[in-house]
Amino acid sequence: MSNIDFSDADVVMDKDNNATILLMGLRRSGKSSICKVVFHNMQPLDTLYLESTSKPTTETFTSLIDLAVMELPGQLNLFEPSLYDSEKLFASIGALVYVIDSQDEYLSALQNLAYIIKYACNINPKLHIEILIHKIDGLSEDFRLDTQRDIMARVGDDLLDYGLEGVQISFYLTSIFDHSIYEAFSRIVQKLIYELPALENLLDLLMQYSNFDKVFLFDVNSKIYVATDSSPVDIQTYEVCAEFIDVTIDLDGLYESVSSNSQIMNGSGHNYGNGSNGDVIPDGMVSETGNMGTNGVKVDTTTLAVSKPTKCISRLQSGSILYLHQMIRGLALVAVTRLEDTRDSTAISIIDHNVVIFKKSLEKMWERSKIKPHN
Amino acid sequence: MSSGKKLLLMGRSGSGKSSMRSIIFSNYSAFDTRRLGATIDVEHSNLRFLNNMTLNLWDCGGQDIFMENFLNNNGSNSNGDSSSNNIFKKCEVLIHVFDVESKEVQKDIEIFKRVLDNLHSYSPNVKIFILVHKMDLIQINKRQELFEIMFNKLQQIAFNEYKFKIKGFATSIWDESLYKAWSSIVCSLIPNISLYEENLLKLNNVLNAREIILFEKTTFLVISSTNKNTLITNSEDSSSLDPKRFEKISNIIKTYKQSVNKIRTNFNNLILHGNNSSIYLDILTSNIYIMIIIDKSKVVVGNGGGGVNDNEYQIDDENLILENIKIARSLFERIESKGK
Repeated sequence: MSNIDFSDADVVMDKDNNATILLMGLRRSGKSSICKVVFHNMQPLDTLYLESTSKPTTETFTSLIDLAVMELPGQLNLFEPSLYDSEKLFASIGALVYVIDSQDEYLSALQNLAYIIKYACNINPKLHIEILIHKIDGLSEDFRLDTQRDIMARVGDDLLDYGLEGVQISFYLTSIFDHSIYEAFSRIVQKLIYELPALENLLDLLMQYSNFDKVFLFDVNSKIYVATDSSPVDIQTYEVCAEFIDVTIDLDGLYESVSSNSQIMNGSGHNYGNGSNGDVIPDGMVSETGNMGTNGVKVDTTTLAVSKPTKCISRLQSGSILYLHQMIRGLALVAVTRLEDTRDSTAISIIDHNVVIFKKSLEKMWERSKIKPHN
Repeated sequence: MSSGKKLLLMGRSGSGKSSMRSIIFSNYSAFDTRRLGATIDVEHSNLRFLNNMTLNLWDCGGQDIFMENFLNNNGSNSNGDSSSNNIFKKCEVLIHVFDVESKEVQKDIEIFKRVLDNLHSYSPNVKIFILVHKMDLIQINKRQELFEIMFNKLQQIAFNEYKFKIKGFATSIWDESLYKAWSSIVCSLIPNISLYEENLLKLNNVLNAREIILFEKTTFLVISSTNKNTLITNSEDSSSLDPKRFEKISNIIKTYKQSVNKIRTNFNNLILHGNNSSIYLDILTSNIYIMIIIDKSKVVVGNGGGGVNDNEYQIDDENLILENIKIARSLFERIESKGK
């Protein structure tokens, strides 16, 4: 994951300071559904009723980095020159995500994909190419691996034909009905974060000194983790941590004080107002909070400075402890820890202390990274 | 059937009896209940509630054939095959469900009468609850009026003809009203409920919390609650707070429990220092969870309103509350064992 070099980051940052993900695929492969589920907390079942996307849509998200997800309609021919300035488009993006419907006949999708990769690599050789083998919820366990192997082999062959052996491509098996799509997007977004190696180091240090079993840095709104420590990710731990965030936000939201102050905080603040309690949130509302510009960020940081960060601890019967601490920019640190001694209040205090130090270094890191592109 | 409280769940077919049961006792979501088919004859479920109470819930299928079968043998002297003997004997609670959208109201009432008639002869001390169900299908401004008409009518029938006093609720599986109704049904079965309330009030006098709620462990139904503003149990006029919060908490915690189950464990407690308040959720006795909500501002003032420092969490306050819970624990355990 540390294969990001300077030139890459510069390309990304020079273009209106956004790390942009381009979402492509044939029609009905599930691009809009992915967007809605991951970034808008839409219930997976409700995506059945989505209209087909007719024109490119761009949505920006503010997480640790300013992220934009651009979605292209599937049924149009990308290379019709009157429609898009595709050269500029590919030069400006950080990652290309291609969605393949694994339940459908995917040969035409692979053809399309190889063509796009060839074109994109000519323009932007540093592009991260990510392939989502999507809708695997309908396939049996054995068949999933077969499908993945088949697709990987075919893509490899196609690229060989075009003389593009060196291109780095990652494959993910995804479905919107479980957490695999979040996992895949986490990894994709992580590749765009320039400071990731430093972040991972910090988290490793934190883990070492705080007796954490696992620690994630979550984007609260989308449940994507922007960084984790270097130990392998256990999907079940991830799920529990993600749902722990929901519990925290929902419980806190119930006992909101009525003062206007908190109302403002919830309206303009980071995505805590987005209540992910399973309610289906009307589209308009979500995109409003999702599309926060830089203004939203400023309000965000000031209110955070005034109010104390949300913190939540839950002890489990197995002796583990779930620990959540709010960080900057709509992020939250969620950790699983196991404490040996029974008198754990001092241990918790030490963890608190360490986490606060981590938060400060995160703030510093963020300050630096903001200054850099302007110099 | 072992000893325990017998609850009859009756009503015409399609009125939503099994859906209710599944949501409250089997962790179904309202959406999941679409998968439920018709109940054949009677479905028994044994539910342990608050340890020393066993609820035998008899979910009686509502098709006319089954209904006739339940009710018909009423007058006959032939023992043995008469199911009415079985069904209506030693009943503690009748929960009769009315579909608010039903076309045949007259027939619904007729059946209700016959049920009452049976109960009158077989278990005269039964407590009767009626639920006017599927209220979500009625316009909001008409709900209350409709419910009152219905309830008054049923009340008259029950009281005039059989001297039964009944309680009624307007319910829907799509909002919190279902939890409210079942909470009060189940609470009516707890013998020493007033003791719980009394002690909860005492506890709040010590803690001065914004709210304290007691939940049953498996269903997370609210047993009792107390509120700072009014200090009246289960008060409705805590205006600033979400009136649906009890049900929402039940829901949130139930989902959380399920997700924690994925890593093959259960959760013991939860302490949340949020934007607005500090929330402590902990095991009180082996069957009860307690939830204490403390105003955040309150805690800060208590500490001298110190500066805004990240790591300056009020550990003392936290320990104080945890210690209080510990003391309360022994008290409530004693109450619980007294009920046996």
